[in-house]
Amino acid sequence: MPDLNQAGLTITPGTWLYRLPWIGLGIGLAGMAGSAVLAQGHLQEFLHAWLVAFLFFLSIALGGLFFVLVLFATKAGWGVSIRRLAENAMATLPIFALLFLPIAWGAGQLFSWWEGPGEDALLALKEPYLNAGFFLARAAAYFIVWSAIALWFASRSARQDDSGQHSITRRLQAASGPCLILYAFTVTFASIDWIMALDPHWYSTMFGVYFFSGCLVGIFAFLVLVMGILQEAGYVGQVIHKGHYHNLGMLLYAFMVFWAYIAFSQYFLIWYANIPEETIWYLHRMHGTWSNLSLILAVGHFGVPFFFLMSRVIKEKPRLLMAGAAWMLLMHLADIYWLVMPNVYAHGPHFGILDVAALAAVGGVFMGAFGWALRRRALIPVKDPRLPESLQLDHA
Amino acid sequence: MAFLSPQLPSTEEYGVLGEFDSPRSLYRACSQVRDAGYSRWDAHTPFPIHGLERAMGLRDSRLAWLVLALGLGGAASAMVLQWWISVHAYPLVISGKPFYSWQAFEPETFEIGILGGALGAVFGMMAFNKLPMWYHPLFASKRFQRVTDDGFFISIEAWDPKFDVEGCQKFLREIGATHVEVVLR
Repeated sequence: MPDLNQAGLTITPGTWLYRLPWIGLGIGLAGMAGSAVLAQGHLQEFLHAWLVAFLFFLSIALGGLFFVLVLFATKAGWGVSIRRLAENAMATLPIFALLFLPIAWGAGQLFSWWEGPGEDALLALKEPYLNAGFFLARAAAYFIVWSAIALWFASRSARQDDSGQHSITRRLQAASGPCLILYAFTVTFASIDWIMALDPHWYSTMFGVYFFSGCLVGIFAFLVLVMGILQEAGYVGQVIHKGHYHNLGMLLYAFMVFWAYIAFSQYFLIWYANIPEETIWYLHRMHGTWSNLSLILAVGHFGVPFFFLMSRVIKEKPRLLMAGAAWMLLMHLADIYWLVMPNVYAHGPHFGILDVAALAAVGGVFMGAFGWALRRRALIPVKDPRLPESLQLDHA
Repeated sequence: MAFLSPQLPSTEEYGVLGEFDSPRSLYRACSQVRDAGYSRWDAHTPFPIHGLERAMGLRDSRLAWLVLALGLGGAASAMVLQWWISVHAYPLVISGKPFYSWQAFEPETFEIGILGGALGAVFGMMAFNKLPMWYHPLFASKRFQRVTDDGFFISIEAWDPKFDVEGCQKFLREIGATHVEVVLR
């Protein structure tokens, strides 16, 4: 095991990063207070804004869960020294069960099928799936599965920090495969329940993959930013190298292209078949100024980063890669907004202080939970048997 | 068939060949040859050694630019071809869609872009490596046959400005070569 200077591997008390839980909580509470005031008379708009913020930060946490599972499933050595940061992102998942409460409480304002199918023949056929009781039971199941996997993996990994037992790594590797299957089902159905069901006549068999691709864009962009901020604050300098930025940059690039591939495939098939109950969803997004946002997504979520993040030179310069990652996070937020908001604003995007308040509320809580996880344990899995492999990661 | 035979230095020797016993010692030796300022030399290994290109001080390959250009060129020409066929050469109304339906042209555009990039990668790699090349002076060395099995070699070629037969042999021994020989042209 290489001789590591422990000073750069735990958050120093007294610094702003150490106070992150309180800073996050403060922003979150301020956002909640603002939301509570602004939601007066705009309950439906508020609930949609909350859903956007909830999905945006949830997608980062879910991306973290997937990344950790995949690192174990593939027995990857290179990613060990950045795995703890992804573990901290996924460890926030239980908090999202609380952040879901406004959605459960106000679901009647979000989902037209909530009170029952009424005269709608299609909704009557979908009623065995789209009904309030089953919806809430499913949501509970998702949170139980995600929280159980995330907390189990995070706690075992933390236990290895003390004992250094190799059996822990083997155990997590064995469990990661079945957990990925559970992950695939829960994330697919969660995206159907929380996004696709906003427009209950519409369906796309590709939708789960679409949301999943956004989750991965979210986590890789988030990890690049967190790594960069930690290094600039003087942490993990000797354990995270150019090679880690390059690899994360490549993964960010790959899943940005994957997102575009899935997004275009979904659009293409619906455009070609030209069936009204399918095309209506895109018609909403081409109506009024929504068409501008659709274009911005095509260019900003794919066209510009396709060229900007292509070169290795950019991916190996932390500042430039961080700029690309920040841009991708912004575009990912725009993507979620584009998925949810046409449901309430028919004529075009209407980004306002209500959206900011909801983002501050959910984002503050997420940041607080992440900061708490960050300072509780070392910033890398200090006794992982594959750590030396990751420390030597260096691309020529 | 000039392109099938290697370009050779005009001296009597092709160069000096040093054998190393492990990837590790070859890696170290490469960085020493690089630091000594040689420019016309090469390393030969049975399998890729991670990071060796940096130990050798090689600059980034120009291949990426060729692949990018041919990929984008392929994609653009596929889109233009489909536009020309569907709008000018043979316009047909297909399921009520406009003649220029870029959505329908996108899969071919993507595929031809990939094809262009792949052809550029394979043939560009061969061109930059001067392949195919049927013969090379190093093949005259009996020991060099082990390069496809378990031998690790560095060759310093005679047209290197710093080349001198005695000095290079001595240098290769100093940096850990287990066996050194002169290869004739």
